[in-house]
Amino acid sequence: MMQRLLSGDYPRSRALTALLLIIGVSLALGPFLFPGVRAFSMLGMICVFIIVVASYDLMLGYTHIVSFAHTMFFGIGAYGVAMASDAFGSGYGALFIGIGGAMLLTILLSLLLGLLSLRVKAIFFALVTLAVAFAFLSLVTQLYNLTGGEDGLAMRVPRELGPAFRPFDEPWVGFDVVGFITGLFSAPAGAFQNALFDVRISGKHLMYYVAFVSAVLVFLFLLRMVNSPFGRVLQAIRENEFRAQALGYRTVFYRTAVVIVSALLATLAGVLFALINRYVNPENTLNFELMVFILLMCVIGGMGTLYGAVVGTAVFLLAQNYLQDLLKLLAGFTEPGSLLEHLVGPDRWLLWFGLLFVLSVYFFPTGIVGQLRLWAARRRQRRAGDSPLAEQGDQHHAS
Amino acid sequence: MASLHPETASRPVLETRDLTINFGGHVAVNRVSCAFHAGTLTSIVGPNGAGKTTWFNLISGQLAASAGSVRLFDEDITRLGAAARADKGLGRAFQLTNLFPNLTALENVRLAVASRHRIGHVFWQMASRRRDLTDRAAAYLEQVNLGRRAGDLVANLPHGDQRKLEVALMLALEPEVFMFDEPTAGMSVDEVPVILDLIADIKNKQNKVILLVEHKMDVVRSLSDRIVVLHNGELVADGEPAEVIASPIVQEAYLGASADEPAEEA
Repeated sequence: MMQRLLSGDYPRSRALTALLLIIGVSLALGPFLFPGVRAFSMLGMICVFIIVVASYDLMLGYTHIVSFAHTMFFGIGAYGVAMASDAFGSGYGALFIGIGGAMLLTILLSLLLGLLSLRVKAIFFALVTLAVAFAFLSLVTQLYNLTGGEDGLAMRVPRELGPAFRPFDEPWVGFDVVGFITGLFSAPAGAFQNALFDVRISGKHLMYYVAFVSAVLVFLFLLRMVNSPFGRVLQAIRENEFRAQALGYRTVFYRTAVVIVSALLATLAGVLFALINRYVNPENTLNFELMVFILLMCVIGGMGTLYGAVVGTAVFLLAQNYLQDLLKLLAGFTEPGSLLEHLVGPDRWLLWFGLLFVLSVYFFPTGIVGQLRLWAARRRQRRAGDSPLAEQGDQHHAS
Repeated sequence: MASLHPETASRPVLETRDLTINFGGHVAVNRVSCAFHAGTLTSIVGPNGAGKTTWFNLISGQLAASAGSVRLFDEDITRLGAAARADKGLGRAFQLTNLFPNLTALENVRLAVASRHRIGHVFWQMASRRRDLTDRAAAYLEQVNLGRRAGDLVANLPHGDQRKLEVALMLALEPEVFMFDEPTAGMSVDEVPVILDLIADIKNKQNKVILLVEHKMDVVRSLSDRIVVLHNGELVADGEPAEVIASPIVQEAYLGASADEPAEEA
């Protein structure tokens, strides 16, 4: 069962398995474990960006196609449904028209980009995608009649997926994990009781679970794909495209297929984003900064592992959202007015954010997942007294 | 001097007609016409820079011809890319080892097997569930004496083993035309017979076209049915091994130039 679900591609590290379980449980039960609007929207963003980053990893990590147009496809999905709801109202019909239109445009554009990779290679392809993405961004900004320009569009979601929908009269019970742990230190007696909170189930929760289930399905689908004969060909193209061709693989077909699949999944993520966020603008969907963040999540998690997309997304978004709080906490301990206070002030969060990522890329060039697997392999090898090469070989070894 | 177009009853499997390529002003292969029939092993000899590998690249599609044509089973394949030609039965083992370094030896061969079985597009099935393909790949590895290396990353294999793997990949493609480009170059003396036996085995058991670029004249003499000599991109001699080796043009152009075996082409 597990073998088939994960396509035989296990985490291969106990620490990684534990990490994935924590992330998985936190996402699955999230609304009942973390109270507050901020935590809730954070959970939704993690689900959405797992799809974005995992599909990006299919291109970058497995096929070595560097594209900067991933946010464009994300934006097409988000704007597709937002514009449809703007024009046709909040029904499911409008939603599906938006999804359909977005998917069609995505297929068309990604097909063109994929075929283009026949002519332009590597860095030049990356530059072309960058140009296309920027052209799309300015198009969206300028067609403000349709897209709302810089102001963006409010997404009108179907009633069942919005906050007004209340399927249950009674609130459900949630258990605040963070509150419970901090409570254990401050007031251990009432910690359990104090950690309980009410969860009023609404359409937002329904929507969250749509996103969560989508993320799980997309992840398992991609895991199957990279471990299929098709996925092996992708790895062959990554390793030596010239040789893959000499073996009879029409690499243009494979590259194009990967670009299209990856783009379609990004579009799906964009749709989910619009439905969760209920507001779409160039800043939150098409921005180049967002593209860089996607790239970072992929690299920090570990390229070419897919598990890296899950870990990278969770770590990155957590850091992005909670580093400021942490710094505020730290600043409280420093002497007011000192240089140290200035350095750890919450306004300096971007500095620390950047530094963290420079360090993580420097010390973990294969990403968090790559590093955890390396450590696990070394430990296994120390136990078995096996050769280190055999363990590395394990990574691609057929079962 | 032997005839350029040997009379044979059967249709040729592979044929090049006036095949030409020029790089800028330099004509690397100049109007080479040659036909190859099933069941024959043809050696291509000539000094370094004679255009042997370039000719191979034109046949298997790594380079596009400036003029002339390549025909496989009477079909013009000059316009096809390398992948399409491999699909039609042109198998190539490269002179400079050209593999997938960060995949295992077994995975390398399995990629060739998967290509032969045309399942590269299958994305819904786990690769490891196709035991039949894995077993086949393992069998080809056995054939080149690499069975015990199946799980090793190719990057970690010694040079000789990489050359053997190169041959295994071509075997796995089950091609109609086998193109060996100096298969034994850089191999240790005791490894060479493995490859030579394999080539002899293909020659004896399969009715295929075998092309062999080789510098070691004893190898050429013992294996070939026919020898083609290239010099400065032109076909200068073609015929029975003994006849060609004895011909003055070969003595001058190739063997006469240096008494020793020429060094391996860079």
